[in-house]
Amino acid sequence: MDDFASLITGFQVALSWQNVGFMAIGVVLGIIVGVLPGLGGPNGVAILLPLTFGMDPTSAIILLSSIYWGALFGGAITSILFNIPGEAWSVATTFDGYPMAVQGKAAEALTAAFTASFIGALAGVVLITFVAPLVAEFALRFGPAEFFAVFLLTFCSFIGMGRENRAKILASLCIGFLLAAVGLDSISGDLRMTFGSTELMRGFDFLIVVIGLFGVSEILLTVEEGLVFKGKQARIDLMVVLRTWAGLPRYWLTLARSCLVGMWMGVTPGGAIAASFMGYGLAKRFSKRGKNFGKGEIEGVLAPETAAHAAGTSALLPMLALGIPGSATAAVLLGGLLVWGLQPGPMLFVEQKDFVWGLIASMYLGNLAGLIIVLATVPLFAAIMRIPFSYVAPVILIVCAIGAYTISNSIFDIWLMLIFGVVGYVFKKLDFPLAPLVLALVLGDRAEDAFRQALLGSAGSLNVFYANGLVTTLVVLALMLLCWGPVSDLIGAVRNRGRASKAAEAAE
Amino acid sequence: MSNPAETEPEPGLSRRPVEIVTALILIGLAGLVLWDSYGRGAGWDNGPENGFFPARVGWLFLAASLFILVQSFRSENKIFVTWEQLKQVTRVLGPLVLFVALIQPLGLYVASAAFILVFMGVVGTSRWWSILLTAILVPIVCFWVFELQFRVPLPKGPLEAALGY
Repeated sequence: MDDFASLITGFQVALSWQNVGFMAIGVVLGIIVGVLPGLGGPNGVAILLPLTFGMDPTSAIILLSSIYWGALFGGAITSILFNIPGEAWSVATTFDGYPMAVQGKAAEALTAAFTASFIGALAGVVLITFVAPLVAEFALRFGPAEFFAVFLLTFCSFIGMGRENRAKILASLCIGFLLAAVGLDSISGDLRMTFGSTELMRGFDFLIVVIGLFGVSEILLTVEEGLVFKGKQARIDLMVVLRTWAGLPRYWLTLARSCLVGMWMGVTPGGAIAASFMGYGLAKRFSKRGKNFGKGEIEGVLAPETAAHAAGTSALLPMLALGIPGSATAAVLLGGLLVWGLQPGPMLFVEQKDFVWGLIASMYLGNLAGLIIVLATVPLFAAIMRIPFSYVAPVILIVCAIGAYTISNSIFDIWLMLIFGVVGYVFKKLDFPLAPLVLALVLGDRAEDAFRQALLGSAGSLNVFYANGLVTTLVVLALMLLCWGPVSDLIGAVRNRGRASKAAEAAE
Repeated sequence: MSNPAETEPEPGLSRRPVEIVTALILIGLAGLVLWDSYGRGAGWDNGPENGFFPARVGWLFLAASLFILVQSFRSENKIFVTWEQLKQVTRVLGPLVLFVALIQPLGLYVASAAFILVFMGVVGTSRWWSILLTAILVPIVCFWVFELQFRVPLPKGPLEAALGY
């Protein structure tokens, strides 16, 4: 019960005047970020990160994580009212949310979405509260080889479990690693891959890459579709909220299932996007009213939202306990921690107890604050969407440029942001996944350090990666995850071929 | 996203050439990485040399890129972007490049004003006075937030110097 006492202390930290204020500001900013196309969780946090450098780390991370919660909530507003997913993970919410809004049940859909988000997030936080300390304690025994094996596990599960083309996932990961390697090598002190350029000596800051890949490219994609949005009206009053809440217990099974899917997908870096689709798919298959899905079924809103939030929140577990983020936004938060000199990972739980538990407590409070704020302010945010995009787009782009500049006061970085914006646009259109790139960029240096230290310890022999039970298990698990996708594809292909040949026989 | 599938497909840039060019660029980058890493030493010298890790990632990258190149010839040749969409994108990208280019000589605030004027003028859906108002107000608000409240110095140009900042 040592942890419980720490959690109470954490609440005391998080409930200070100042921190509650930051929480509210963060949630509101996050909702704005989630509502506006082109500003998402990852680059919303990335842009604001430099502004928090002067703050106390606990307050800063509370502000930033609240932006994350807000962004998770905000994505649902545009999906339901405008049929435009503000975030990729709210795509599945549009399937039933928008039809509900068309039928005049927008308020119910929104209430259901927000409440589902809250439940999902709560499940994730509870998981973090109880499991993260255990994982961290376990991970204290890790040496470089074990850490590299965990990194390997992360990257392999990306390739194995990803829905995109596997070669493209691998290419994305490699680009991330190579971008991370540019600049000063931390071990030997040599310059790598700078090709004589002084600007490249600093290497590629992942924040710049994130702002370009997720921010600028998103704007470019949005303008393709034209510059006008048309949406439904919504006003939420207390009666609707209470009525919707009264109906929710009936869907406990869907909610529980989505929570589990979300937690699993969040901890393994499957991510909120995949989780929301899986939650929706499972609910559709198992619900009695599965046939009505897509025509405005409240369960179809609950399932993906719960799963997305459970995943989005659980993604912070490996980030805190192992220093390995489960999502792009978690990767950005991790980058923030590094900037403040906090090394995420098992030692964080020992050395920075106050910080960790303050953050965990703020997750409970931030989500509660988020739910209340978002329910109260839906009309306001729906109004933001009614501002013509020709006003919003330049402002977002200017803010992106400011965010890119402030990271290291360099105009070269703004050009980099622009280049990565175009790269992101092309990559998104060609279905290259961007999250692996960001993750590899953030983790690249540490994965490389772990790899080199492990090899140094064993004088270059790869034996070190199956030297003891722990590291062998991790490596085998990684290889299994890596093969999971191709093998299941192969089985599917063989089955399809069998079916096709049978069909051909039948035709003859 | 919702291209009308049944009606005549809109003319545009097709996907395959873009896939191929992208794959070729990636292969080129992989080659560059390998050349650089082996140039500095990617072997073992009392421990891994500094090109050791990038070189191995580089080989994986090369393999993945080659595979993508092969795949691109076999994939279905859809429309990558219609000309209409591309026009919309250049309407944003053009002013944006101009904006970034102007930051160095004019400072960020004046460049933002110019960016808003050009962008909203090109898009041409707003009345001239609202464009003008946005172009003046947004930089002032930015200045207030970043320079005065958060004390984050942003690039400034001759105008700010003349005003004494």
